[in-house]
Amino acid sequence: MKQVVRVAAGQGFWGDWLEAPRRQVEGGPVDYLMLDYLAEVTMSILQKQKERDPTMGYARDFLGAMESVLTAVVERGVKVIANAGGVNPVSCADAVRELAKAKGVGGKVKIGVVTGDDLLPRIDDLISRGHALANMDTGEPLSIVRDRVLSANAYIGSTPIVEALARGAQVVVTGRSTDTALTMAPLRHEFGWAADDWDKLAAGIIAGHIIECGAQCSGGNCLIDWQNIPDLANVGYPIVNANPDGTFEISKHPGTGGRISVPSVTEQLVYEMGDPNAYITPDVVADFTTIKLESAGPDRVRVFGIAGRPSTDKLKVSIAYRAGFKAVGTLVYSWPDALPKAELADRVLRERLDRLGLRFDKVMTEFVGASATHGPLAGAPNGDMPEVQLRFGVRGEDRAAVERFTREIAPLVLNGPPSVTGFAGGRPKVEEIVAYWPALIDKTEVMTAVEVIS
Amino acid sequence: MKVRLVDIAHARSGDKGDTANVGVIALRREWYDLIARELTEQRVTDHFRGVITGDVKRFELPNLGALNFLLHGALDGGGTLSLKTDAQGKVFSTALLRMTLDVPDAEARALALPAAS
Repeated sequence: MKQVVRVAAGQGFWGDWLEAPRRQVEGGPVDYLMLDYLAEVTMSILQKQKERDPTMGYARDFLGAMESVLTAVVERGVKVIANAGGVNPVSCADAVRELAKAKGVGGKVKIGVVTGDDLLPRIDDLISRGHALANMDTGEPLSIVRDRVLSANAYIGSTPIVEALARGAQVVVTGRSTDTALTMAPLRHEFGWAADDWDKLAAGIIAGHIIECGAQCSGGNCLIDWQNIPDLANVGYPIVNANPDGTFEISKHPGTGGRISVPSVTEQLVYEMGDPNAYITPDVVADFTTIKLESAGPDRVRVFGIAGRPSTDKLKVSIAYRAGFKAVGTLVYSWPDALPKAELADRVLRERLDRLGLRFDKVMTEFVGASATHGPLAGAPNGDMPEVQLRFGVRGEDRAAVERFTREIAPLVLNGPPSVTGFAGGRPKVEEIVAYWPALIDKTEVMTAVEVIS
Repeated sequence: MKVRLVDIAHARSGDKGDTANVGVIALRREWYDLIARELTEQRVTDHFRGVITGDVKRFELPNLGALNFLLHGALDGGGTLSLKTDAQGKVFSTALLRMTLDVPDAEARALALPAAS
């Protein structure tokens, strides 16, 4: 058994730095490359793509990442684990197989595919058998938006990924695996942690939480001492160096920028945190109040002391549904009296929308530069501001009303308050809103499957 | 003595649906007890009055020198529904750090707290 297993994070979300996967594989020795692509509403975007083309529905960026690392991971024996499969892991794996052939390494790469998270084809059956799939925030049953549901995926844990690795897969592609399972699975596989070894599983989950947002634990978006964090242009993404006993260290490759310190890791630990006593995953309930951190040298933090408890008998389900339309338009007003000019434009616009008889569920005005992010907490605005951006948004069920709103921004340039600019982007775009519906389902209802292709 | 929270703590925030979370971390471990005493649920509720529509829930992580606050009804529905610039609650962290604390002079001196200028 290996005494240290190194899992490198190469992607913190779909849209993260394209350079990161290659830098993680080539920058120094690692055993696994972990790539996280899925956010809450990503699945619905992918579902729309799959409806247009049944071979689509996965994170296409993943192919670019694989293109950049495939030769190196084959040479170095690095394994890749990614939830890039979206709503079509099988097609994603096929595309990776074609890529491997094209790169001349086709015979050398076994690809594992994890399926079973997609509940969309079973929604009506589940509802008819008494599964309300109630919204975890509001308690409402899914039946009230059933005809607008676009996608429904259970968050699945590490077990099928462990199985794929055990069957020799070098690349594992999943659908809606939890972000943290992508890191924990290789540790279970390498160290043989039992499925009820709660403390170690919790440690693996917390290791995953620390690196799942990529550079956000290694100096990116880091508030403490941000002015002095070195060489962010060359930021190093994090690596978990895990031990069989469940302790681990967070590091990054030598010669990279950024910073890994107890405070930088702590900032990431509290990111998107709910109840720290019970971080619920399909594998284990991790207790963040047991985590201990200490510096283990420059850009290296040791993590230990972690405790976990048995997992629950439920899985979380990520459901996306159509929820109307929205549009946001902006204009920039300049000195002198930038804010009063923007405020007058806001009043004029609201009066015109009223006279048109347009009705919206929500109309929101923000004054960027004065109060958009902190609202009244920002205090009285500076009277001498060089410019203020008026940011005006509407939301409603009626697409035509939202569309009509988008025609009311540009006229203000000539028929509203003066010193206005910043409209070169043209008319605001109407966006269909795909909203998120979190629910729970009995674990026994979700059967995952693993296929290994070569 | 007046002490600015931004001078004694750092923070990060994120979202879950219409809830923003703010993790507040003491810049020095010896300042954690003071921060935990001053940043009550009520105090943070008052701070965000008019900014959020729901209630505030607080959790303690003395092991990390941190508190975690859940601010409900903070994000205009959250995620894709929200019309806000900060739809994902990314800068509620610094909004909380705008708070100023009143600390007895002797305690402030003993803890070597930086005074608000």
